[in-house]
Amino acid sequence: MATGTETTTRAKLRWGLLDVLVVVFALVPVLWIASLSFKTPATLTDGKFIPREWTLDNYKTIFDTDQFVRALVNSIGIALIATLIAVVLGAMAAYAISRLDFPGKKLLVGVSLLIAMFPQVSLVSPLFEIERQLGLFDTWPGLILPYITFALPLAIYTLSAFFKQIPWDLEKAAKMDGATQGQAFRRVIAPLAAPGLFTTAILVFIFCWNDFLFAITLTSTERARTVPVALSFFTGESQFEDPTGAICAAAVVITVPIILFVLFFQRRIVSGLTSGAVKG
Amino acid sequence: MADIVLDKVSKSFPDGTVAVQDVDLEIADGEFVILVGPSGCGKSTTLNMIAGLEDISSGELRIGGQRVNDKAPRDRDIAMVFQSYALYPNMTVRENMAFPLRLAKLDKETINQKVDEAAKVLELTALLDRKPANLSGGQRQRVAMGRAIVRQPKAFLMDEPLSNLDAKLRVQMRTVVSRLQKQLGTTTVYVTHDQTEAMTLGDRVVIMRGGAVQQVGPPQELYDHPRNLFVAGFIGSPSMNFLHAAVQDGSLHTALGDVPLGDRVRRELEAADAPRELILGIRPEHFEDAELVDDDTRRRGMEFEAPVDIVESMGSDKYVYFTVEGEKASAAELEELAADAGAADFAGGGGNLVTRLSAESAVAEGQSRRVWFNLEKIHLFDPATGRNLTLRDGRAAGALDD
Repeated sequence: MATGTETTTRAKLRWGLLDVLVVVFALVPVLWIASLSFKTPATLTDGKFIPREWTLDNYKTIFDTDQFVRALVNSIGIALIATLIAVVLGAMAAYAISRLDFPGKKLLVGVSLLIAMFPQVSLVSPLFEIERQLGLFDTWPGLILPYITFALPLAIYTLSAFFKQIPWDLEKAAKMDGATQGQAFRRVIAPLAAPGLFTTAILVFIFCWNDFLFAITLTSTERARTVPVALSFFTGESQFEDPTGAICAAAVVITVPIILFVLFFQRRIVSGLTSGAVKG
Repeated sequence: MADIVLDKVSKSFPDGTVAVQDVDLEIADGEFVILVGPSGCGKSTTLNMIAGLEDISSGELRIGGQRVNDKAPRDRDIAMVFQSYALYPNMTVRENMAFPLRLAKLDKETINQKVDEAAKVLELTALLDRKPANLSGGQRQRVAMGRAIVRQPKAFLMDEPLSNLDAKLRVQMRTVVSRLQKQLGTTTVYVTHDQTEAMTLGDRVVIMRGGAVQQVGPPQELYDHPRNLFVAGFIGSPSMNFLHAAVQDGSLHTALGDVPLGDRVRRELEAADAPRELILGIRPEHFEDAELVDDDTRRRGMEFEAPVDIVESMGSDKYVYFTVEGEKASAAELEELAADAGAADFAGGGGNLVTRLSAESAVAEGQSRRVWFNLEKIHLFDPATGRNLTLRDGRAAGALDD
């Protein structure tokens, strides 16, 4: 018994150390960028982790330029709209896939998997041509559409896994209680699938927010340019000025919405929401 | 409230399997009918068809005189209690019970009043603000019942509502269900695989096998006058004993001795296509310790002697297991019953004889004992068709019937 607890304590210690190592490895670059964003141009290259002279000039600079603020608005708008549409469409498709047996179901699942695996790089040029012809180039819908396309398979897969966990009896019960198919979905199934919906929303949002490839090919001006692209176009006040500090500040700023988004929805991902539904 | 009529209702699936075959059933207004049978007999499918959760392949279903084949469940005005309870976990008990009323667009006051009423009947008042996750199995079951009774539907459908409860609670809830049904007087169709539930609850019992109705009647009638081998073996606990019997010169040669036959049965066996071998069925309570039988009774039966295997004293009487030699009774029905009950529970077809003797019997394990059995109460079955040959006008008449 004594040796047993001893080994578990030691094992815990070992695992704890390993965990700390991984977390440090992952977080140090992020913290480094945060630290750079607070440094003055003179101390930028001094190699110190904690800035000797703190300054908020970098943040002032990026928010003074219209370029960055505009890109931030684009990013938030495009990502939110794409997420909303992808989750709503994905929920309906996933519900059908998990509940109904319709002809072509396997094909649908297969095709959506195919889309998810397709290398996006190879689609960029055709998309560029198509969007120019259709007048979608450099517009919000021009980015929202491909984002939805590539986010949908992800949404469908995650959501159908969640829907499958919800006992079918609940739906039958709702129907017997006088609900239409739509009411059964909205009032019984959707609330129970909420954790799945939020998980999917987070994943899709991150995917849209981080995208660089589509954003750089399918935009040309501030009209629809998103933050990751805008960052790459950053220049200093003059051509002799190095924009490193500003880029770091912008990088810190664009991680904030993601962290907020995850924190906000994580509270709603309550596990065991369906407990108590069927027997015990 | 309404009657339910099934007119040649069948269910077949696209792959050709027939789950339910030509079920004819008339359920009177306010009647409590039990559908019972082993798993896969089509009882749940039948219930789902009445509910509208499954399509009817052919035949007609009428509720309150109206054809409802093509009506959605919500337009049939019937409530259902599921085996899994199917409570909405995101709603409180009150919201669960109010759900059907809210869908029916009743005003808040009426809803609250009806929910409170139903909660009082089911003793759920103290639990109204809890979520299903914080309820015990029995409480969840009552909430499921409450959700069904709250909107006073035309009929209740119950799909094995008690099978997830432990044995003690099941007996308790059985009386709750029974009392509730009598109190409300609502037509009820109740599906179970438990023959004890079927016997104790229903006004009438429908026994199903392989998608077809075997026999319909009050529990006692099914017990006393089974129409075929399947019904005889399914109803009763412990189940009826089945023995192989060979027809020989107007009497039956069995492991318990030669059983004399009355004229009626003999005439039937004289037909050209009559079976040469029969299955003899006797219920455990139709045996008695030969020492305890008076002369008058003795004349109505016959005696045999067999070694005692096990004695189980129940206080009120004794279950005594005898080993008898001879061929085993075999028929498709018996195999099915044995598979359903698990070999241990179903002694029917084996070389074991289950008898229920008086508590005063001095029987002891390891001894040999003389036992009397009642010839007026035995049943004879045709192993090929399962038909009960001792029935006269639907009543069991025993072997000696003239």
